[in-house]
Amino acid sequence: MFIINCPFCGEREQSEFKAGGEAHIERPKQPTELSDDEWAEYLFMRKNIKGIQFERWNHIHGCRKWFNMVRDTSNDEIKAIYKMGEKPPVK
Amino acid sequence: MKNRYSIFSLIKNAFSYHENWEKAWKDPTPKKEYDAVIVGGGGHGLATAYYLAKKHNMKNIAVVEKGWIGGGNTGRNTTIIRSNYLWDASAGLYNHALKIWEGLSQELNYNVMFSQRGVMNLAHNLQDVRDLKRRTHANRLNGIDAEYLNTEEVKKFCPIINTSPDIRYPVLGGTLQRRAGTARHDAVAWGYARGADEMGVDIIQNCEVKAIKRNGDSVEGLETTKGFIKTNKIGVVAAGHSSVIANMAGLKLPLESKPLQALVSEPVKPVIDTVVMSNAVHAYVSQSDKGELVIGAGTDDYISYSQKGSHDIVEGTLNAILELYPIFSRMRMLRQWGGIVDICPDASPIISKTSIKGLYFNCGWGTGGFKATPGSGDLFAHTIANDEPHELNAAFNINRFVSGDLVDEHGAAAVAH
Repeated sequence: MFIINCPFCGEREQSEFKAGGEAHIERPKQPTELSDDEWAEYLFMRKNIKGIQFERWNHIHGCRKWFNMVRDTSNDEIKAIYKMGEKPPVK
Repeated sequence: MKNRYSIFSLIKNAFSYHENWEKAWKDPTPKKEYDAVIVGGGGHGLATAYYLAKKHNMKNIAVVEKGWIGGGNTGRNTTIIRSNYLWDASAGLYNHALKIWEGLSQELNYNVMFSQRGVMNLAHNLQDVRDLKRRTHANRLNGIDAEYLNTEEVKKFCPIINTSPDIRYPVLGGTLQRRAGTARHDAVAWGYARGADEMGVDIIQNCEVKAIKRNGDSVEGLETTKGFIKTNKIGVVAAGHSSVIANMAGLKLPLESKPLQALVSEPVKPVIDTVVMSNAVHAYVSQSDKGELVIGAGTDDYISYSQKGSHDIVEGTLNAILELYPIFSRMRMLRQWGGIVDICPDASPIISKTSIKGLYFNCGWGTGGFKATPGSGDLFAHTIANDEPHELNAAFNINRFVSGDLVDEHGAAAVAH
């Protein structure tokens, strides 16, 4: 369990949030052009990184807004939080 | 040939104060080259090595383990064994394992304390009732023993359950698989390790894989903390760390690794002689031979390799346990821990070849791999030895995420595994 600093509401307990998985996976621009392999890559394949990971979170029991987080998955330490649409901070 | 464990060896060793027992497995330094290397010395990895040596006569093989054998999820699960899965592919896979469990102590000459005390799955709403009845019928068609119990029968089978209609999630019924039960998880790892070691398998502990060496589309060996090991067959059984190993080979897997928690109470006299699972309220409980209640909690929803989960997950599970078993209200919990489970989008495992020649993955067991240990090892050994899957694990290939032929056990399994 850890504390998350929601960019809209401030510091709240992690249990108020829903993890949304890996961030910056771009939705296919031409879905009808995609091969089965590309669909599998988009839908299912994940980096599942041990270490610094870019991911999405939703403050589901609060403002219900989505935002991005940079977190070290080996020790759950949060490195940065930034809003949707903002450029990810450089490591 | 190792000395067999028996009443006679016990008596014989009593005369030397049990100080001269033969080592169950050696502590070898890695050779330069092996015919195959298994990455991960948990139950599944050791079972794979055991069956490779026993059934496929591959004796020049090694198991490399970054910690100690059985120290990962093998030693962290709640030891439940059952095979009452809905889909045909899953039923075949898990029932294959259950059949091996039934003779495993004799086969390994190692007491894995397999106890067929039955597993009961509870229904708390009308949809649960329909789902569980459907699964009971599906199980029977697949030759798996399954019974549907009404509320009175549930109460009779496990009298400490609160079957009052006034609780928040009343018990409307349940299923029972009598052949299901529990086993001693450490003993499974140790028994397979001893058996594999006897056939010449090198079990190398404290040996972490750092890189996988590839030559074009095939593997050439492993860079480890104990030096380079040459091999052209690598079987990865690394559970929560499967993606980490896959990344070394330039592969991506459809996995997310999350903490799953369990806890045990202080030991008490026998009070529950079966395993009871409840999907809707997410609580499952059994009692160990030491008398501790063994309680499984849920997974956190975020990716983490930290081997510790959130407090609110444990709290939610204990709330459910207390509602179902008011008798436990003053029990104290003794220990709590987490393991990292690798979850597939369809909550079914991957036992498969990959696009890289000589690289095989056995992963994605998520929250329910322990029950499959012997079957998983047997089928993965077959896949590695023949470079082709066995018919029982053909459906669990990695390509199903491309073809769309998923084995969706998420909602269909009796509980979240």
